[in-house]
Amino acid sequence: MAEELTTSGYIKHHLQNLTFGQKHEEIEPGVWAPTGDYGFAMSSGEAAQMGFWSINVDTMFMSILLGGLMMWFFRSVAKKVSAGVPTGTQNFAEWIMEFIDDTVRGSFSGGKNTLVAPMALTIFVWVFLMNLMDLIPVDVIPLAVAHGASAIFGVDPHDVFFKIVPTTDPNATLGMALFVFLLMLYYSFKVKGVGGFVGELTLQPFGKWALPINLVLETVTLIAKPFSLALRLFGNMYAGEMVFILIATMYGAGLVLGSFAGLLQVGWAIFHILIITLQAFIFMVLTTVYMDMAHQEHH
Amino acid sequence: MNINATLIGQLIAFAIFVAFCMKYVWPPIMQALEERKKKIADGLAAAERGRHEQELAEKRAQQVIHEAKDQASEIVSQAQRRGNEIVDEAKGTARTEGERILSSARAEIEQEANRARDELRAQVATVALAGAGKILSREIDDKAHTDLLDELVSQI
Repeated sequence: MAEELTTSGYIKHHLQNLTFGQKHEEIEPGVWAPTGDYGFAMSSGEAAQMGFWSINVDTMFMSILLGGLMMWFFRSVAKKVSAGVPTGTQNFAEWIMEFIDDTVRGSFSGGKNTLVAPMALTIFVWVFLMNLMDLIPVDVIPLAVAHGASAIFGVDPHDVFFKIVPTTDPNATLGMALFVFLLMLYYSFKVKGVGGFVGELTLQPFGKWALPINLVLETVTLIAKPFSLALRLFGNMYAGEMVFILIATMYGAGLVLGSFAGLLQVGWAIFHILIITLQAFIFMVLTTVYMDMAHQEHH
Repeated sequence: MNINATLIGQLIAFAIFVAFCMKYVWPPIMQALEERKKKIADGLAAAERGRHEQELAEKRAQQVIHEAKDQASEIVSQAQRRGNEIVDEAKGTARTEGERILSSARAEIEQEANRARDELRAQVATVALAGAGKILSREIDDKAHTDLLDELVSQI
């Protein structure tokens, strides 16, 4: 099913996740039928046919790898942490944690909560690391994986997809946002009680006589929070990756444009460092703010 | 770019990472930070206390030096007074001694003079008598005139 190497094919190839699920076959154009066995999707069309019960292996692999790396680093610091003069790595970890702690203290006023600050740390560092994968030139890892897979499993390298930036997969950001949303609901019910939370959803902003309007407005507000959280991160990273891919397509356009593309890539990468950090920070701060709102009693 | 079970996988992975961080990462490091904060605060407080104590000690030392100076000057003045007293006493003693020596010398002189005078008186009487006797050997009654002359001598 190797596609001809065109610009649009190249871009599409880069935007396709490595999806594992029930295999489908295109019987005739536009009509798909399940084959009965499981495997990796060979095209974006097949991946789309796999439905909800399929999994983006590249996203899961990269995110868990990076999360594990982060946890390993911080755990190794925590194991031999001392209150004396800190060593290099401990200093670094402490620097990050003090920054997170300050930020959380600044925007979270829900009293003693042992979850919010560690969650903010996890979000910031994990999202930062996942975003950071964007700075690896777009072709390096996918090519390595494709050729590795073709060497080991004998598949056509063109059929192997691999996206190394988990945050450009809406599943990743939505998954995190959903967890945040669940925590919001949990703390809302816990702090305000069922009555308090329902009251918050129905009795404002217009008072009890406009209850249906209130309910609609507040529900939209509530639902919008996790979605805006997820889509902001996804949108920014997806757009950034898209620019990298487009710059990469310029390499094939001759020596002059190719060198210009190199310049562009360096420039965009430097600018992108800002976005990477900023988006990780925004995700963390907004999560903290949402947690704070869930803890706040409205009157 | 399809929504699929990755969503749930990510949710679970995220939850596990948060739980891990919350249990094994955040508390020990934050505790160390708190401990260090406390240590530093204690250190600063101790330094402050030390500084204060040093100030007090300096003040006390100044006081001691001052007292010692006072005492020393008092001792010196006392010694001077005592010295003057001794000198005065010695002078007094010397004067009385001198006077005594002088008076005894005088008395001796007087005694000597008296004795000499007595001797002289006695000799004068004898000489006068001898002379008078020689001059007046015959016509004068020794006995009667001796009485007269004795009376005369005692008047000298």
